[in-house]
Amino acid sequence: MEILALLGDGMLLALQPLNLSLILIGVTVGLFIGAMPGLGSVNGVAILLPITFLVPPGSAIIFLAAIYYGAMYGGAISSVTLGIPGASTAVATTFDGRPLAMQGKASLALVTAALASFIGGTVANVFFTLFAPALASVALSFGPPEIFALMLLAFATFVGLGGDDIPKTIVSICLGLVLASVGFDTISGEPRLILFEMQGFLQGIGFLVLAIGVYGIGEMLWTIEQSRGEVTTTTPRMTARGMVDDTKEAVRRGWKGTWIGSVLGFFVGVLPAAGATPGSLMSYGVAKMVSRTPEKFGKGNPDGVAAPEAANNSASTGSMLPMLTLGIPGSPTTAILLGGMVIWGLVPGPRLFVDETEFVWGLIGSFYISNLAAVIINLAFIPLFVWMLRMPFTILAPMIFVLSIAGGYAATRDMHDVWLMVIFGLGAFFLRRFDYPLAPAVLAIVLGPIAEPTLRQSLLLSSGDPSIFFTRPIAGPITVIALILIFLPAIQLLRRRRAARRRAA
Amino acid sequence: MPITKRSLLGAACAGLLALTPMAATAEGWEPRRPIDFVIMAGPGGGADQIARFIQSVAEKHDMTGRPLVPNNKGGGSGAEALLHVGQASDPDHTILVTLNSFFTTPLRQENLGIDIQEFTPVAMMGVDPFVLWVHADSGITTFEEYVEQVKSMGGEYVMGGTGQGQEDSIVIAFMSDAYGLDITYIPYDGGGAVAKDLAGKQIMATVNNPAEAKGFYEAGDFVPLLAFSDERMPAYPDVPTMKEKGHDFSYYNQRAVVGAPGMSEEAAAYYQDLFTRIYETEEWQGYLESESLSPLWMDADEQRAYWQQQVENHRRLLAALAG
Repeated sequence: MEILALLGDGMLLALQPLNLSLILIGVTVGLFIGAMPGLGSVNGVAILLPITFLVPPGSAIIFLAAIYYGAMYGGAISSVTLGIPGASTAVATTFDGRPLAMQGKASLALVTAALASFIGGTVANVFFTLFAPALASVALSFGPPEIFALMLLAFATFVGLGGDDIPKTIVSICLGLVLASVGFDTISGEPRLILFEMQGFLQGIGFLVLAIGVYGIGEMLWTIEQSRGEVTTTTPRMTARGMVDDTKEAVRRGWKGTWIGSVLGFFVGVLPAAGATPGSLMSYGVAKMVSRTPEKFGKGNPDGVAAPEAANNSASTGSMLPMLTLGIPGSPTTAILLGGMVIWGLVPGPRLFVDETEFVWGLIGSFYISNLAAVIINLAFIPLFVWMLRMPFTILAPMIFVLSIAGGYAATRDMHDVWLMVIFGLGAFFLRRFDYPLAPAVLAIVLGPIAEPTLRQSLLLSSGDPSIFFTRPIAGPITVIALILIFLPAIQLLRRRRAARRRAA
Repeated sequence: MPITKRSLLGAACAGLLALTPMAATAEGWEPRRPIDFVIMAGPGGGADQIARFIQSVAEKHDMTGRPLVPNNKGGGSGAEALLHVGQASDPDHTILVTLNSFFTTPLRQENLGIDIQEFTPVAMMGVDPFVLWVHADSGITTFEEYVEQVKSMGGEYVMGGTGQGQEDSIVIAFMSDAYGLDITYIPYDGGGAVAKDLAGKQIMATVNNPAEAKGFYEAGDFVPLLAFSDERMPAYPDVPTMKEKGHDFSYYNQRAVVGAPGMSEEAAAYYQDLFTRIYETEEWQGYLESESLSPLWMDADEQRAYWQQQVENHRRLLAALAG
């Protein structure tokens, strides 16, 4: 009960006029920063951090949390309307959000994204409120073997992602893994695969560079080729009635993905090594896997929008947990928040929940309020975003191109990345022409840099014995499930072939 | 003179400048663009925390006309950062927060072609000591018990660190050599991840900076066994030093700021003045104390001499590590 009283105090604190107006400003700014390709919550928080020195620390952290929430909602907007992931966390949202927009259902996709984000955020806040200190110890029990097992599970859920063409999916995953290994090797500290001795490859290949290339530029080329330049996306005029209908449809067709994303996203977010991007991709994979109609994913299924959007919000809240309880930031954005907290004299770590109860619950209370403000503001802006889609494709295509280039540059301020992005866009276009699925490659470049060091650390721990993945109480079951999932489609395929041969004979 | 919008704006700006203390302290050179504030490590570790703390102090007191923009380039034990700063197209607006990989990485990767003496000294913000930590649940409370435990496990004793040739591995290598210990070493990508895995008992001991382990120490999870500082640390008065154990060895991580090669003298003077003022702030002095850093203030010439001495020192340590 004491928690509820503290939480109530926190919410009241967040509702004070100064704090409430900071929340409204933060959410709105965050929404637009998140919607800009290449700029995500990390940029929003970094840009606005100085402003927070003008207000008391409690208000400052509320402001930053509001920007964080706004940006998480905003990421979906360009993923849906333009097909360019607004932030790395919103890449999976393009898989089904973009097809929905092409079918003239952009508003349905955006409403689904907003509602799923809201529920994801709320579920995460409730988990956070009830179990924060307990969950910190769960995060600690995940050592290298456990994280690797989890990554294996993520790959397993994606084997089914490329449709039924498993060999092509595996080729795509391998391509992503090769790209992921460019740069410096954590274990030996030596540079690897520095292609053409170019200095730009030393920092590795940024995930966002690949994602914007594949989904922004590649998608634009694909649309032009498919339509010979005559794209007309039918967009109904936005009416209040239409919004209500969209809301009903979003609830009906997206609830399943929302729940999967909310719960899974939170747990992945809590693990310091993972974060919101793997969380949203894994949730998409799981939502597809458990769906009775997996073939509808990738073609405009609201569940496919709901799962990653619920997950990225839920995971963002989740990643606050290791930061506050262990002092370990789960994402670049929380790393900046951590820096902010240190200067206000707050020491994140195991003692924070004991020594600074007022601050902690004030922050969590503001999460609830920010989340509510974010969904309302987001819904209010949807007609504006949908209106953008009414532009003819001849105007939209160059805009997508320019935004992609700007997005690729904004992340690292390096022209090397811009060229790389264009090359990825062209490469993606040709791969797609030969029916190679691209999502597994994107997944591999996110998970590869987590999976590889944890695999090698685990094997160092066990002096090279792979049984470490089976004998540990948490890693064991996860590894077994992952292996079953990986081999299940292969077994089914073999059985089907044998049956077909028998029938032929 | 007709009053135009522009002249009004100009007058307003001049007024503002006259009011800020900035205008009085900096003579001549001022940054014209946002300053590329490169960090030799990934987000979250000790170096990153310090860089972001410095940035927020500068922001808080509005010390720079243009913002310091933190830019994490942690790849390859800082090689990425050294190349980025070493080849900066705008050396007057590029500065680097360093740790000891500033010395070790160019030694270990000679093919990078980096000569650190070309860099411009700015400020030595302090040196960070190293401490040997174990988990409280291990029951180990003294360094002697630790040595006994490691020996009894015959190579199965697991320690984590930030990578072969990195600061902590040098300390561990010295300790192993001096006491004949056989340790399995797991590399991680940052000091934060190392501390987390000790807290989760995935590894058995670490050599972390106090800042990285402090939270877990205060919560009663970590036990400090031995400090690698010259004298006992004020925050850990009961923890003996390696020197007390009879080995003439101490090891610190430098927390220094350097400028890009080819930085103009005026710009270097500006940054030296800026970081002197940051160093003198209440916030930074408080940080030095709370995070157990030792002050080691040096002027530009002393810094160059210090670099030379550290390079020689690390060449010897790395040779011992390899041999």
